[in-house]
Amino acid sequence: MDETVLRHLAPLRADDHPPFRYPDYRSTVARSPEKDPVKIVQTLSETTGPGLVFSDLSEEDADLTTNAGTGSPAIGERIIVTGRVTDEDGRAIPDTLVEVWQANASGRYVHWRETEFPAPLDPNFIGVGQCLTSEDGTYRFTTVKPGPYPWGNHPNAWRPAHIHFSLLGPSWGSRLVTQLYFEGDPLLSLDPIFNSVPEETRGRLIARYDHDVSIENWALGWRWDIVLRGHAATPFDSMEDDR
Amino acid sequence: MSQSGPTPSQTAGPYFSMRLAAAGDEILVADGVGGERIRIEGVLLDGAGEPIEDGLIEIWQANAGGRYRHPDDGRTSIDLEEGFTGFGRAQTSFADGTFRFDTVKPGRVPDPEGELQAPHVNVIIQGRGMLRPCYTRIYFSDEENAHDLTLGLVPEERRHTLIARRDESFTEPAVYRITLRFHGPDETVFFEF
Repeated sequence: MDETVLRHLAPLRADDHPPFRYPDYRSTVARSPEKDPVKIVQTLSETTGPGLVFSDLSEEDADLTTNAGTGSPAIGERIIVTGRVTDEDGRAIPDTLVEVWQANASGRYVHWRETEFPAPLDPNFIGVGQCLTSEDGTYRFTTVKPGPYPWGNHPNAWRPAHIHFSLLGPSWGSRLVTQLYFEGDPLLSLDPIFNSVPEETRGRLIARYDHDVSIENWALGWRWDIVLRGHAATPFDSMEDDR
Repeated sequence: MSQSGPTPSQTAGPYFSMRLAAAGDEILVADGVGGERIRIEGVLLDGAGEPIEDGLIEIWQANAGGRYRHPDDGRTSIDLEEGFTGFGRAQTSFADGTFRFDTVKPGRVPDPEGELQAPHVNVIIQGRGMLRPCYTRIYFSDEENAHDLTLGLVPEERRHTLIARRDESFTEPAVYRITLRFHGPDETVFFEF
């Protein structure tokens, strides 16, 4: 008989994430709560989640240099981005959906919103991908290194090169949307979105060059591990099954 | 610098709809899924009362019997129908900040104290200008909400921000309306857990 268990999530720590409101990133001012959040008791609604219900993926979805389906490869510096998805205790999170979207090598997104940035589109690059993590929590994408691009936050504002990541994880509380940045990018220290993260923890967003990931005559390798919210020290209660 | 620990959240930005919230992701039901069909219609407003035209709304809910499609919910006496995951996504309208979901009215899910929670849909709001997810819930005006554990933790004068109002001019499906907003006396209640 299956058992219903309430796996308590680890408490959120203040310095692990940016604040809701960070005035240097101007759009946060009107798009953040004014009142403090209400602390609630975790129930199955918070400790379950949709992260394990997706399985209909093809391996082609994880290669952004070819998944435009045109038969010609995308233009740009071909890279491999890989890492492990674990919880806070280092336990692998297998079979979880990792979704990515990014600008092309020129810093242009394939999106219907208008932009004043005159960078070219690449007909062989759509800039989206997805994969499931393997048994040991590994994800892996082949793509081109995204270009930096300007935005309207302040004069001469440029976003550092980044790849957007979305993970559902094992629970509603483990939902994560974030951005991967590249080690050594001179724009990082100027970027209010990156700088919104407390200084102690910002480094967790930076992918490192990893020569062991690079493939001779093919692509340069970057490694970035992702840690999702885990469980409390006393992880679960059994719940009676007669309801 | 602490390199270990949870990966920090970052904004989904203005371009998430390249990958997230494809057309159809706001429809949770397929033929053969049991329960009362409902439509949730909402609008997302910023602190100035302006529509947020590029918000990402995600919902997670139990099925009509009150069971989640998840291994931790082992109440096998409640069927899980094919075709219902309980997860939906919508991008708010670029024109007016509205969104909608076609789903079933969720059943009641037990709370840790052994009581049944009022029917509710769990909600995460993200998007440009949001550095981390905003968690909330949607309840229903025609349900018995008085004894719900979570609502009981919300100051009484703010509970109304969580309750979608049934629009009596629609029956099949029933339509519920909710306004999600930042700032002001009617700011949506957001949760931390």
